[in-house]
Amino acid sequence: MQRATLDLWVGIFVIAGIAALLVLALKVGGMSGIGVGDTYLLVAQFDNIGGLKTRAPVKSAGVVVGRVASIQFDNERFVASVTMNIGKDYKFPKDTSASILTSGLLGEQYIGLEGGGDTANLSAGERIKQTQSAVVLERLIGQFLYSKAAEGGDKK
Amino acid sequence: MEHRDLSVRGVGAWTVDNVLRLGYAARFIARTIAASGTSLARPRLVIRELYYTGVLSLIIILVSGLFVGMVLGFQGYHTLQTYGSESALGVLVALSLVRELGPVVSALLFASRAGSAMTAEIGLMKATEQLSAMEMMAVDPIARVVAPRFWAGFISMPLLAAMFSAMGVFGGYLVGVVLIGVDEGSFWSQMQSAVDFRNDIVNGIIKSVVFGFAVTWIALFEGYDAPPTAEGVSGATTRTVVTSSLAILALDFLLTALMFQGV
Repeated sequence: MQRATLDLWVGIFVIAGIAALLVLALKVGGMSGIGVGDTYLLVAQFDNIGGLKTRAPVKSAGVVVGRVASIQFDNERFVASVTMNIGKDYKFPKDTSASILTSGLLGEQYIGLEGGGDTANLSAGERIKQTQSAVVLERLIGQFLYSKAAEGGDKK
Repeated sequence: MEHRDLSVRGVGAWTVDNVLRLGYAARFIARTIAASGTSLARPRLVIRELYYTGVLSLIIILVSGLFVGMVLGFQGYHTLQTYGSESALGVLVALSLVRELGPVVSALLFASRAGSAMTAEIGLMKATEQLSAMEMMAVDPIARVVAPRFWAGFISMPLLAAMFSAMGVFGGYLVGVVLIGVDEGSFWSQMQSAVDFRNDIVNGIIKSVVFGFAVTWIALFEGYDAPPTAEGVSGATTRTVVTSSLAILALDFLLTALMFQGV
């Protein structure tokens, strides 16, 4: 084998190895964010986001229309402020409501958008006013127990 | 395998033989590392060996990585689907590859692809008295032949393991997302939030570095110590594959136990 060819192959090998390490660190280990085509931002504030994670899907009528870009804690209003990347092709009216839903009993959480009847559309960076928090299972069970106890008290 | 004497004296002799051989192997690796100056001064020697151990192992590593990942995709989906958590497929594929399968399977493949070749090459060099000829010309065969191969194996093992894992994740993605239709965002996002850089990826790299050291050590020593006959070289090659596979599995257990306590 000629010297140059050998060097070339070893160079390719080392570069490929380092590239694989980078892929593992960035893409698998999640040390970076990955862009999602042409999008615009929408913001929604929730009292409780449950187990929502960045890059979780945003769905409307079951169709994935975007991804969660970032989740921050609003220090003044004590709520979670969720920024979403929505595909340029999808338009939502001003009175759209956002809720945090779960796919299946143990599945991952996503944001469901439900369009209203307003004629004007939300523009980039605007905030969705109507939101519904994630359902916290413990709270739900607590409420159920209380209502059962109350029922029992009535019967006496 | 030769017939073994099972009397007390036979077992004793066998033990002493093996302890002796282990001591010789330790002295051998110490001499190799001490004689690495030549490899540093003439990196071309290492580059040549990197081609034979690393580049020529690429095909088998990449293809096996892809297929292991694809099988993980199918099997993981089958199990996770029962609990309605297919979206965790990315986590399953990535964690099992980065933490275990990547370093271990690529080291096993490396031992049988590159390790056996190293043993056979050095064993034949010894059998054809090339090593003695070098000594006659006042060239240290350990510095000229063994050390560059050692460093090449040591460098290429972690790189091959990283490529195996990356290919495997890609295979899992192909099957999970492209073929079965698991949501792409949750595949990557759950993977990224579950895989920790320090605890998972770096530990995987540490494992592959240790395996690279062990496999090249065993392969070079078996070659260097092989009886200078056709039969001796073939026996040494077999021993390389068997011993390094066992060493990889035992070391993997030890390292996992150590890292498990650390987490």
